[in-house]
Amino acid sequence: MLKLNMKKTTRQSLVTYAIVIIAFVVFQLLSSFGALSNLIEGQLVNLCLYAILAVSLNLVVGISGELSLGHAGFMCIGAFTSAFFSKICTDTIGNDFLRFLIAMVIGTFFAALVGFLIAIPVLRLRGDYLAIVTLAFGQIIMTLINSMYVGIDKNGLHISFSSESALHLEPGTSPIINGSQGITGTPSIDSDYRFFVSILFLLLTLAVSYHFINSRTGRAVMSIRDNRIAAESVGLNVTKYKILTFTIASAFAGLAGAIFSHNIPTLVATTKNFGYDKSIMILVFVVLGGIGSVRGSMIAAALLTLLPELLRSLTFLPDGIRTFVSENRMLIYAVILIVVMIFSNSPRFVEIRARLKAFFRRGTKKEAV
Amino acid sequence: MAMLEIKHLGISFGGLRAVDDVNITIEPGALYGLIGPNGAGKTTVFNMLTGVYKPTDGQIILDGEDITGQSTVRINRAGIARTFQNIRLFGDLSVLDNVKVGLHNRYPYSTLSAVLRLPSYFRQERKMDYRAMELLEMFGLDKLYKVKASNLPYGQQRKLEIARALATKPKLLLLDEPAAGMNPNETQELMDTIRLVQDKFGMTILLIEHDMHLVSGICEQITVLNFGRELDSGETAKVLNNPEVIKAYLGD
Repeated sequence: MLKLNMKKTTRQSLVTYAIVIIAFVVFQLLSSFGALSNLIEGQLVNLCLYAILAVSLNLVVGISGELSLGHAGFMCIGAFTSAFFSKICTDTIGNDFLRFLIAMVIGTFFAALVGFLIAIPVLRLRGDYLAIVTLAFGQIIMTLINSMYVGIDKNGLHISFSSESALHLEPGTSPIINGSQGITGTPSIDSDYRFFVSILFLLLTLAVSYHFINSRTGRAVMSIRDNRIAAESVGLNVTKYKILTFTIASAFAGLAGAIFSHNIPTLVATTKNFGYDKSIMILVFVVLGGIGSVRGSMIAAALLTLLPELLRSLTFLPDGIRTFVSENRMLIYAVILIVVMIFSNSPRFVEIRARLKAFFRRGTKKEAV
Repeated sequence: MAMLEIKHLGISFGGLRAVDDVNITIEPGALYGLIGPNGAGKTTVFNMLTGVYKPTDGQIILDGEDITGQSTVRINRAGIARTFQNIRLFGDLSVLDNVKVGLHNRYPYSTLSAVLRLPSYFRQERKMDYRAMELLEMFGLDKLYKVKASNLPYGQQRKLEIARALATKPKLLLLDEPAAGMNPNETQELMDTIRLVQDKFGMTILLIEHDMHLVSGICEQITVLNFGRELDSGETAKVLNNPEVIKAYLGD
C-alpha cells in the first residue's frame, strides 16, 4: 500500500519530465522544418527560463506559503554575476561550454548567497509585510546594479557608483559593467545549443523541486505553512526551513538570470528586465498554474510566454487586436489573473472541477481494468 | 525520580498575575489531570511547559533536566509533546505525512541527500513509513493514511494529533482538552485511546480537561487551578469531593 503512495509522487514527476522532453522534441522538429516563426524561435530559451523562474517561485509561494515579490531581483543578481564572469574570463577560459557552465554556477551561487542574506531579516515578517519588503529588495538590487560601474585593469578591480570616469581605468580599457548601459557582448555558447541546454537546466530545476518537496525537508516546510505553532511543537526549526526554501528558490532564479544574460547581446538592469512587474509576472505564472503545483507553474509560464507571440502569428485577426495584445501584455495578465481567481474560488466552478476529476478518474480506472 | 517537577511556577502579563506559585510533581507513567474553571490558567501552564511563554518565576524540571524558559523546539527535543485545545493539524498534508513530520527529528538525512536521492534518503524514508504506519495502526487510522488531514472527522483528527505528538517519542505527553466538542461515545473511545497510550508506551501524561467523567475515569491524581492558583491537589476522588473545588466550579 505504501509503495503505491510512493509511486504516485514519482509518477507525477515522471509525467512532468516527459512533458518537457516531448515539448523539446516537438519544437526541435518544427524548427528543423522551418515551421516556427522567428518570433517564437526567439522565445524558446525564454520559455525555459520563465519556467525555471515559475517553478522556483512556486517553492516559496506554494510550498513555503510566503508571498515573495522580489524574485526578479535574484534573477538580476544571477544575470550580472554570471555575465561579469564570462566577460572577464573570455580569454582565460577558451572553451565556450566550460565557461558557460561555470558562469551558470556562479550566477546560481551569488543569487543564493544574496537570497540567504536577505532571507535572514526578511523572513521574520509574514504575509503582506513580507511581500512589501521583498518587493523593495528586488527594486533595490536592480537600482544598485543599474548605477554600478565596474572595470578591471592592471591595477585590479575598480568599482564606482557615480560615473565611468570615476573608475580611473587605464586608458584603452573599458568598464565591464557600465552603469545603465550594463554589460555588452557577453560571450556565450552557440545559439543553436542554447535551447537544448536551457531544457536541461529546466529538467534539473524540476528534479530538484520534486525531490525537495517529497522529502523530509519539504514536508517540514509544508507543515510550517499549514500550522507554524504545531510545527514548532513537534520540534521543527521554523526559521531554518524558511531560509532554506527561500535560498533554494533564489538560487534557481539566479540560474534563470544567468541563462537570460547569456542569451541577449546587451544586458541592462532595467525595469523591463528585472523590475517588479517581472516579479509579478512570475507570480502570475505560479498562481495560474495552481499554487503549489510544480507542473502547473511550468505549463502556465510556457503558455503565457508563448501567448503574445502566438496571437501575433494569427494573421487572420485584425491588426488592431494583435498590436493591442502585444503592447498590453501586463494588462491582459492582470485580467486573466482576476478572472482565474474569481472562478477558481466560486463554488460552482469547484463543483464542475470535482465532477471533471471524477469523470477522468473513472476513465483511467476502466483502462486499468 | 519524578518525570516532571513544576516548582513555584508563575507568570505575569504586565500587571496581571495569570499563574502564581503552582507546584506539580508527576511520577513516571502516571496520568495526571489539571482542571479548573475557565480562565483559571490551565492552558497558560501548558504554554509555559512547552516554551510558548517564558515563566517569570519558578522552575520546570523534566526527568532531572531544567528546561525552564527554553524554546518550544528545544523543549520538544528534551521530551515534551503536546496536543492543542483547538486542533492544529497540518491540514493540507496527508494523514501519513502528518505523522512523518512528527518523526522528522528521529530519522534525519540531509536535504542534499534528498535532492540527490542518495541511499540514505530511501533508507530513512522507508523506516519513517514503517514507523508511521505502526503508529497509525494503533490509532485505527492506518486505512486512512492517504486522506488529507483536514478531511478527517473530528474525533479522528484528535487521534491523529495524539499520534503525531507520540511520533516525536516524548517522555511526557500534554493533552489540552482532548475531549472538547466530543459526544459521550467519542469521549469513551478517547479514554480507551489514552489508556492504551499509557500502557503501551509507558507514557507519562498530563491532561487538561473539563469533562469530569473523563477526569474521574482515568486520572490518578489531579490539581485544581482557580484564578491562577492551586486550589487543591492529590488523589482524584478526594479532590473532587473537596467543597472548595465544588464551589469553584459551581459557584455558591
